[in-house]
Order: sequence, then C-alpha cells, then structure tokens
Amino acid sequence: MMTALGKVVRTTAFKLTLAYLTVFALFAVFLLGYFALNTKRLFTEQVTEAVNTEINGLVDHFNAGGIRRLTLVVDARSRRPGSSLYLVTTPGADGLAGNVGSLPTGAMDKQGWAETVYRRIEETENSELHSALARVYHLPGGFRLLVGRDLEERDRLFQVVLDAGKWSAAVVIILGLVGGFFVARRVLRRVDAMTETTRTIMGGNLSGRLPVGSSGDELDRLAHNLNEMLDRIEALMRGLKEVSDNIAHDLKTPLTRLRNRAEEALRTASSEKDYRAALEGTIEESDSLIKTFNALLMIARAESGQARENMVDFDAAEAARSVGELYEPLAEEQGLSLEVDAPGAAPMRGNRELISQALANLVDNAIKYAGPLAKANGTVSAVTVAARSDGDRVILSVGDAGPGIPEADRDRAVERFVRLEKSRSIPGSGLGLSLASAVARLHGGELRLGDNGPGLRAELVLPRNGPVPQSVPQTEEREERAA
Amino acid sequence: MRLLIIEDDRDAADYLVRAFRETGHVADHAADGEEGLAMALDGDYDVLIVDRMLPKRDGLSVIGELRAKKVETPVLILSALGQVDDRVKGLRAGGDDYLPKPYSFSELLARVEVLARRRGGRNEETVYRVGDLELDRLSHRVTRGKEEVILQPREFRLLEYLMKHAGQVVTRTMLLENVWDYHFDPQTNVIDVHISRLRSKIDKGFSQPLLHTIRGAGYMIRDGSRN
Repeated sequence: MMTALGKVVRTTAFKLTLAYLTVFALFAVFLLGYFALNTKRLFTEQVTEAVNTEINGLVDHFNAGGIRRLTLVVDARSRRPGSSLYLVTTPGADGLAGNVGSLPTGAMDKQGWAETVYRRIEETENSELHSALARVYHLPGGFRLLVGRDLEERDRLFQVVLDAGKWSAAVVIILGLVGGFFVARRVLRRVDAMTETTRTIMGGNLSGRLPVGSSGDELDRLAHNLNEMLDRIEALMRGLKEVSDNIAHDLKTPLTRLRNRAEEALRTASSEKDYRAALEGTIEESDSLIKTFNALLMIARAESGQARENMVDFDAAEAARSVGELYEPLAEEQGLSLEVDAPGAAPMRGNRELISQALANLVDNAIKYAGPLAKANGTVSAVTVAARSDGDRVILSVGDAGPGIPEADRDRAVERFVRLEKSRSIPGSGLGLSLASAVARLHGGELRLGDNGPGLRAELVLPRNGPVPQSVPQTEEREERAA
Repeated sequence: MRLLIIEDDRDAADYLVRAFRETGHVADHAADGEEGLAMALDGDYDVLIVDRMLPKRDGLSVIGELRAKKVETPVLILSALGQVDDRVKGLRAGGDDYLPKPYSFSELLARVEVLARRRGGRNEETVYRVGDLELDRLSHRVTRGKEEVILQPREFRLLEYLMKHAGQVVTRTMLLENVWDYHFDPQTNVIDVHISRLRSKIDKGFSQPLLHTIRGAGYMIRDGSRN
C-alpha cells in the first residue's frame, strides 16, 4: 500500500496538483487578508461618519437649547435599542446623561478620536469591559460629550472572515489532495497499462497494441501514434523476414547449382578441357550471384532512404534518352525497335544514377519479354521509352508489346524475387521491378504497372521536387490499402 | 609495373601478389594502414591498391595523407562497400579508381594497367592512331585508311576511350563507367552489342581487324600487325 501510494505521489499529475494547490492557497490567503482589512477599514469609516453626524446634531441641540435639551435628547437616544454610546458630563466629569457607565479615568479630558474600553451604565463593576471607538467633544461651558460605537460587531465580523478563511483553506487542501490523488491514480493506471503492453511487445509479441480510450485526449493520441509506429515496425519486421526468407531461397538455389557443378566436375571431369569448362561455369554462376546480391543491397539501401543524400537537380528526359541510347542496339538485335519519346526537358530533383538504373531495368525487362514474342511472330514491335513533366510530377514510362502482366498479378510482380510462373524460363534475378519500385518510393513516388494494349506499360511517377522530408509516401500507401 | 597492395586479408593479398607476379608485375604487400602508408611514401610504385577497411589506419585516410604529402601515385580503392555514394566518397578522398569486392582479377588488372599508363598520358594528343585507323579528337573525324567512318556521338566516345587505351584491355564495366557514366550493372550485356556495332563500322571489309575481344576480360584495340 505504501509503495502504491508512493507511486501515485511521485506521478507528474500529483506533483502538478500540489503545485497548483500551493499557488491557489497563497492566492486565497491574500484574497481573504485583503477582504478582512478592507472590511475593517470600511467599518471604521462608517462609524466615524455616523459619529460625526450625531455629534454635529447634538451640538446643534446644545446650541439651540443648552445642556438641558442636550441631556433630554441624549437620554432619549440612549434608550433606543442598538443605539450608539453616549455620555454627557459636567466639567467635573460627573455624568449627566447617556448609556455609558464607566470609562477609564481621564478618557474625557482630550478632544478627538480614541479606541477605549467601557461598561454600560446598567452593568455592574464586575462585568466585562467592552471596546469602543469614540469621539470626545468639548462643549462651550466645560461640558463634555462622547459619542461612540461598540467595536464588538467589527471584531465579530473579522472573526467570521477569519473562520471562513480557515475552513475554506482546509477544504481546499483536502479536496485538492484527494482530487490530485485520484487524477494521478487514473493517469497512472493508464500509463501502467501502456507500460505493461510495451513490455510484452519488447518481450517479442509484436502484435500487441496499446489500449486507446474514446476521449481523444493527449494520452489517447499518444497511444494512437505509438500504435501506428508499432504497425509500421511490424510491417518492416514482416518485410525483413520475407526478405530473408526470399534471400535464403533465391541465393541458395544458385549456390546449390554452383556447388553441384564443382562437385560434378571433381567426380567426372577427365580432361583439362572439362575442368576449364566447369570452372568457367562456376565463375559465371558466382557472377550472377554477385549481381543478385548487389541488386538486393541496392534495394535495401533505397528502401532505408540512405541514398537520399545524393539527390541533385537533373533532366529526367535526358536520362531517358541516355538509357534509350544504351539499349537501342540490344533492342534491335532482339528484333525490336526502341523509340525514345522525350522531346522536351523534364527537370527534377533526385538520384540520377538510381533513376537511370530503374529505367534501365524496366527497358531490360521490356526487351527480355517482348523480344521472343516479336521473333516468334516475325514482326518488329516497339519498346517505347518516354519522359514528360506533368504538373509537379515527372513520369518516366517504358511500354512494350510483350505478353504483359495480368492485372491480378501486377501487385505481386513488384515484390522482391517474384517471377511470375510464365517467366521462369527467362534469365534474370527477378529483382528488376522491385528495384524500380524501391527507387520510386525512395523519391516519394511509385511504380505503376498498366496495360499497354498489348503488352506492359511500366511508369515511374516521381515528384518533381524530390521526396517530402516526412514519411508521407508511407501514409499514402496505407490509405490506399485501406481504401 | 611495381605495385603496392595494402590489404589486411592475408589470403586475398597473397592471391593478388601471386596473380600480379604471374602477369609479369612486381607486387609488394602491406597488412595495415600505417605500414602501407610508410611503404607508399618510401617506395617508388606505379599504382597503389588500397583496401578501404584496414587496421590501424583506414584506407581513405592513407590516401588523404599521401595526397597531402604531394605523393601523386595513382590509387585504386578496393572495397566491400560498393554503392554509388561509397564510390563517390572514395574518389573524393583522392582515389583514382574504385572497384567493389568481389572483383575479377582481369577487371582489376585492366584497371591497374590503365592507371599505370595514365602517368605517361595520352591526354595531350589530339589525334589517336592505331594502324590505319585515325581519330581526330578536335574535328571528331574518324578515318580508316582513306575512308571516312561515320559514327554516332556515343560510338565516337566509345572508340575514343578504346583508342586512348590502345594496347590495353578495357573491361565492360570500365566502358560503362567512362563512356556512359553509369556505375550500375545492367542485367544484360548491352556493351557487347555496342561493340559489335562499332566493330562493323571500323573493321568490316578490312582484312586486319583492330578491335579485339579478350575472352573473360573485355576488349582491346590494337594494330594486329605490330604484335
């Protein structure tokens, strides 16, 4: 229990509550003090004014009717309930009229205001003294007049304010502490739930997700964002696993072939010529392994975004012409015509080398698939390499008149190592399209496969100004999938 | 040629030393960056072959130190880091050529020979001649015998590079890098088709072929009658 309490007390929410409580209490003390002082001042002012008015009235009576009239008036007023304090004395300090019994000696000697103690005339010598605020006025003929007000009322009021202050302070502190405790415990409970979940996720259960409430407060938003991050991590992990599985499969196959070839040579070769042929075969096999490996590294690098450092401004149309020119003789040799349709400039920001490589892969693919078909049909079909600017995008496309890819297979064709069943007989690592796709994503764009009627049309759709710094393409990707 | 191989992998280094000796060159070996730097500063080498990741002192820093001391011996960087930006980093550090591992020896040999020959330099010549083939670098005219050969701009650059290194093996990758400025590996051997086109323009109809295919390595342009 103690540790649980300590845990709550240590939370940020509780500490914040304490801080607010202190500030609020200080403010309340200040406010009450101000109120009390002002009340006191106001009361005194009222007393002063009332007493002054009465004295003026009584002096008028004195002036009009002498001491007899004054004593009559004072006596009359003294008997009213809740009346002020009055005392009229002779020059020898003998009381003539009024409701004040005893005063400290010499209290009437000095004119002006004074706080003094008194007893009412009806009270005995033993009864308690009261305090009063009174004014002494010396009348002509040596008579003295005292008018005052009892201060008990003021003191009582002050006491009431003080009591209110004490009680409200106590209530505020208790409520604050209890409230802070509950708020802190509520927050703590949710954070504890999050901590618990993250611990299981760290333990290896990547499918765990943080609980998200319905209130949409900051904790919910945090949980929501963390969940999205976990989704992303899970997707990446799954991708990584797929990649390693694929690597294992597609690298092991040629490695096995390589090994078999060497073994077979050892077993069966009888002449130097046989050995030579076997060795040449192994070198060839390892070269193609290296190519596959390089392509994989390349994709990994493009996907991790490392190649973003080398982005420059260049003309994509020129890059398309250059790639077209590199492949034109090969296309011709394969019975195809390669046409470049990139008349204008298509300036963009990106990694020229990677985009050229992606484009080269697409052209290579087009020639590989369209070539045999053209030969079989005995016709010359065209491979078209095109580049154009389209608003804030640059579109590089390669179209062929080959067999194309059925619509249902297009998504899969972009995945790593996927070689659609029909194409197993054609040499290649199966990485061309996935590399092109990785390059497009690196630039914040995408690779679109479409129908060229007949044949395949592959388009690299790239943003003209390079990738947006944030992970926007990924969000878009997710939305598309959800749609 | 006198070569210095700075490479920490004993097997790889031994293999290179043996292979260079077999092809008629002298190769020394240093096993770490400090030793390599000291040997490169003392000895008179034609080409240095430097691995990037070395104990004691990494390859790029060895090259930087040499260049700072005004040692201009050509350097070929060998590295397992083979991406374009690694290459750029290596060349920026003062390397003259960059070859990613794993490499074939014929590729390495061809590149080292080109680097060694570069010191003599054929850069200043405005007309390259191989046999009766002539290439004028200023007027962009190519003639074989008395006939003019009409070449596309890229074919001209291809021939120019081959003739600049006449008598030396030039690999497909070297052509791709120097003529096309691409540093990736096209899946199909596109270079072969370009070469056969060029060959049909300069060699067709002549009894003495000049553009030769060197098996397992690359191409070479040379005057057959002289060798």
